[in-house]
Parts: sequence; C-alpha cells; structure tokens
Amino acid sequence: MAGAPYWGASATAASSTFMGIFKLIVRRVLLGVVTLLVVSFAVFALTNLLGDPVHRMLGRGALPEVVKAKRAELGLDRPFFTRYFEWLKGLMTGDPGNSFSNGSPVMDIVGDRIKNSLFLMFVASMVSIPLSLFIGARAALRRDKTFDRVTSNQMLIFAAMPEFVVGAFLTVLLATNVWHVFPATSRIRPGQPPWSDWKGVILPAITLTLAVTPHVSRTMRAAMIEVLESDYVEMARLKGLPERAVLWRHAFPNAVGPTLQVIALNIAYLAGGVVVVESLFNYRGIGIALRDAIPVANAPIVQFIAMFIATIYVVCNLLADLGAILVTPRLRTRLQ
Amino acid sequence: MSAEKPAGVWRSSLRLWRTRIGIALVLLLVGVAIVGPWVAKFSPSEFAGTPNTRHVPGTWLGTDYLGQDVVSRFLHGGRSILWMASVSTLLGFVFGAAIGLIAAYNRGRLDDVLMRGMDILLAFPQLLLALVALTTIGPEPWLIITIVAFTTMPRIARITRGAAVPVVERDFIGAAEALGESRFRIITKELLPNVTGPLLVEANLRLTYSIATIAGLGFLGFAAEVNAADWGQMVQENRTALTVAPWGTLLPAFAIALLTVGTGLIADGVSRTVAGVDRGRPDA
Repeated sequence: MAGAPYWGASATAASSTFMGIFKLIVRRVLLGVVTLLVVSFAVFALTNLLGDPVHRMLGRGALPEVVKAKRAELGLDRPFFTRYFEWLKGLMTGDPGNSFSNGSPVMDIVGDRIKNSLFLMFVASMVSIPLSLFIGARAALRRDKTFDRVTSNQMLIFAAMPEFVVGAFLTVLLATNVWHVFPATSRIRPGQPPWSDWKGVILPAITLTLAVTPHVSRTMRAAMIEVLESDYVEMARLKGLPERAVLWRHAFPNAVGPTLQVIALNIAYLAGGVVVVESLFNYRGIGIALRDAIPVANAPIVQFIAMFIATIYVVCNLLADLGAILVTPRLRTRLQ
Repeated sequence: MSAEKPAGVWRSSLRLWRTRIGIALVLLLVGVAIVGPWVAKFSPSEFAGTPNTRHVPGTWLGTDYLGQDVVSRFLHGGRSILWMASVSTLLGFVFGAAIGLIAAYNRGRLDDVLMRGMDILLAFPQLLLALVALTTIGPEPWLIITIVAFTTMPRIARITRGAAVPVVERDFIGAAEALGESRFRIITKELLPNVTGPLLVEANLRLTYSIATIAGLGFLGFAAEVNAADWGQMVQENRTALTVAPWGTLLPAFAIALLTVGTGLIADGVSRTVAGVDRGRPDA
C-alpha cells in the first residue's frame, strides 16, 4: 500500500501505530453509537410531546372507555421507559412499529418514501461530487484567473442562499415563467419507482446540487493549491512528466483525500436538506411524510424518519472522521 | 506575537470590494426592514384588490394569494427575520465561544465532556428539532431563536476551541497564570483577543445560515406570527400562483437572496483578511 512507509520503519513501531489507529477507530465508532442512543432518546421524548394522538383520532366526544381501549391498543397506557426500550428494540430488529393513524406497519408507509429520498440524494451526490471536484481542481490550476474568479464568486452566492430560494428561482427560470422545460412539481405515484417521473427529479436534484457543490469545490480548491505547491509535485515535474500526468495522476488524488471529509459532511447535510426541497417541489419522499405526520401526532412515523436522518448524519460524520484520520499523516503519527 | 484585534481585521477587510458590496447589500435590506413598515401604503393584512393579480390600481406589483399588496407585505416582512436571526446568532455566538474557550483552557475531562456534548448536538437533525418543537409549542419567536441559537452554538464552540488550543500552550498564558490572574480574566483578556479572527469569520457565516434557517422555517409554515408578513412565508404562500402573479414569490425571494449573499460576502471578505484562510487573492 502506498501509505505503508508512513507507518514507521521498524515492525514494532508499525504495529503499535496500527493498534493506535484501531483503538481510535473503535473509540470513534462507540462514540457514534452513544450519539445515536442519545439522539434516539431525545427523538422519543420529543415526539411524545407532540400530543395525544388518541383524542385527534376519536374526536372530543369520545367515551372515556373507548379512549382507554384505544390507548391500550396503541400501547400508550404503559410507562414511558417501557415504551422507549420496546421501540428501541423494535428499531434494531427492523420493526419500527405501526402507524397511529391507520395501524399499518411504518415500513409499509415510509419504505418507498425512503427509496425516493435516497434516489434524490444519490442523483444530487452523483452530479455534485464530480462537478465540485472538477471546479475546485480547475480553479486551483487557474488560480486568480477568470475561471477561478467567476466560479468562486458564483459558489459564494449559491452557498449563501437558502435552498428554497434557489429552488424558487429555478422554478421561475426553468418551469414556469421564463422557460417551460421541466415540471414545477414531481408526480411520483405510490409504488412507482422515482425514475418513473424522471423529469420531476431534475429540479429538486439541481437545487440540492447547488446547495452542496460550493462547500466541496471550495475545499477541493484549497487542497489542490496546497498539493500543487508540494515537493512531490515539483519532483514529478522535474522528472519531466507531462503536465497532464502530473496534475491528474499525482496532484488530483492527493487533493481528493482531505476533500472526502467535506463530501461526507455534505451527504449528511443532504439528508436534512431533502425535507425543504421535497416540500418545495412536492417530491414524494421522507420530507413530505414528515411534514404530514407531525401535525397529526403520528409519532411512529416521525420517530422512524428522524432516526433515519440521524443515522445518515452519524454514519457520514463517522466516515468523515475516520477518513480524515487515515489520509492525514499528521493525525496518524500523533497516535503513537 | 501579533494578535488579530477585531478592529484590525474589520478595517483591512473593508479594503476589499466584496466586503463593501456585502455591507451595502445588508444595509439596504436592513433599511427596507426598518423603514419599510412606515412607508408601506397598506397594512400587511389589508385587502388591496383581486387576489393574484398583477395590475391592481394603487399597487406597484399587484396582489398576493389573499389580495394583499405584495410591495406592502414585502416592506413589512423583513423585521422578523432580521431581528430573530441577529439575536439567535448572538446567543449562539456568546455561549459557543464561552464553551469553546473553557474547553480549550481547562482541557482534560471537562474539555472531553463539553466537546462530546457539542458533537451530540451536531448529530441531532436540526430541522427535525425545529419542526417538532414548533409544532408542539407553537411558532413562538423565543422558541425559533432558541432553536437556531442551539444549532449555532456547537459550531462556534468547535471553531473557538480549535483556535484557542494552540494559544493556551503559549508562554504569555503561563505568565498570566504565574501573575495570579483569575481564570475569568485569563479567558476573556488573554485568550479571547487571540482567537477573534477565526471567530469573526465563523460568526458572519453563522449569521448567513441563521437568516437562511429562519427564512426556511417561515417557508415551511413556521413564521413567528400566522399571516404576519414574513419573507420566507410569502414565498410559500404565493408560489402556486407563480405563472400569473410572480412578484409575490420573486420579491421576497430576492430580498432573502440579497440579504444572505450580502452577509456571505462580508464573511468572505473578513475570512480573506484573517491569516491562514486562503480563499483567493486578498485584493480581489
């Protein structure tokens, strides 16, 4: 492996570093698990504050016995902690409970919403990651020239504006007033895959892409500038390698390393960002499901979606930290 | 050693055109928000003419989905976003900086506990916290401010701690300790002035995000007051009528865009003058 020489000359030093890294990874993973547990408790406690779903279901005039029976049916008559641990156990075994409103399993209702949202996040990532790496790398090469100035100013603008404003401008520009190229709202039918209405995916995907591209390209630009000034790039140039090979084989991969962390954090950000963007384009995903479930106090749905978003957050943050430890020699050596 | 005094960073960032443009944009929109309600022709919920119509006598840009004057609502709609964003950023900044400085100065167990706590806050989906809390308790201004401050705090704390840890190791802190200065004095008088550069950058960035978040909550239907004029909420209310009456959406959207771009430009200008942050040519 290319990274091996960093890990010390003697075998003992290498193995102790390895143990250090291993310990650090275990610690970081444990921290992720603890974080998720704390978040799960907070989510459960908060959603319990949403109010009593029984009164909403049965109306004000419901007989006390009926209310009591319904509460027993939903399991709401049991103590808070019993319910919490049961819910937690269900989550881990893949049974997040049943919807309060119609009693069907949460997975039946949220399953294809999650697929739709994941698809949207996937499309946005697939476009924004290569795009931002390219913009960042090229801006670094053309430092202070036109490309760099134009893109860095554009990126600054897109980074500052909230997604729903960007999305509203895109709708005006591409879906309603100026040109009418894409639909302003998505129309995915229940049970259909998200690409069945691929035109409706485009505007939400562009909006999300514009939201994350600036951060990644900015990091990539800074990393690439640092790499281009390094000794090994100079060495490669002095060896007489063609500039193209120097850039794309030597400089680019080394600049992607530090950028990975920001990419992971931005994927985590997408998980939250979809909620607003879905609402803007009426895209049938978790965002809309969340928006509809909260006002009727349908706690099992809210809890599941919340834990889904939180898990993506925690896993992406974990990967970002682990990636940073593994690609940064300075952090690796500090472990010894 | 050269501490970056806040005034110094500010003054040198003012030499950059991007900072000046940013300040001009922000001043323009703050001006609209402050003066707006006095010059508006209609009250925010006054009926001005047929709903969703572009040309209504007595209005500049027509009416919105309830027949209210778009321009008047735009003039009324900036105050809530601006004051809530400023207060929440300030609160998050004060608490975040305090936690970061205390963690950096004390190190050890307290540092671990504080920063892990911040990590957990960061892992909690903010939007979800906001949606659940606002649905449960209602869209009260204090609640919106608290939530946004809570999401600002851990980020400021992280940056502050990161900038302060190397400073704590320096000799003058040891000298201050040897002179018997109090912890409070060391943290506020010795440590804080040496981390103002990165803190200023982060504070400006956070202000941009606070404005975006509060506008976004308005867009999701959680403006502080129901049917009060609010730029974020206006985008939501009028977007279905985009083809016939685009100004109801466009005017508030432009306002939010210019405001956030303005604070973003200031943040960028400041960051270019703070040593160690490279985002392009310092004179661009």
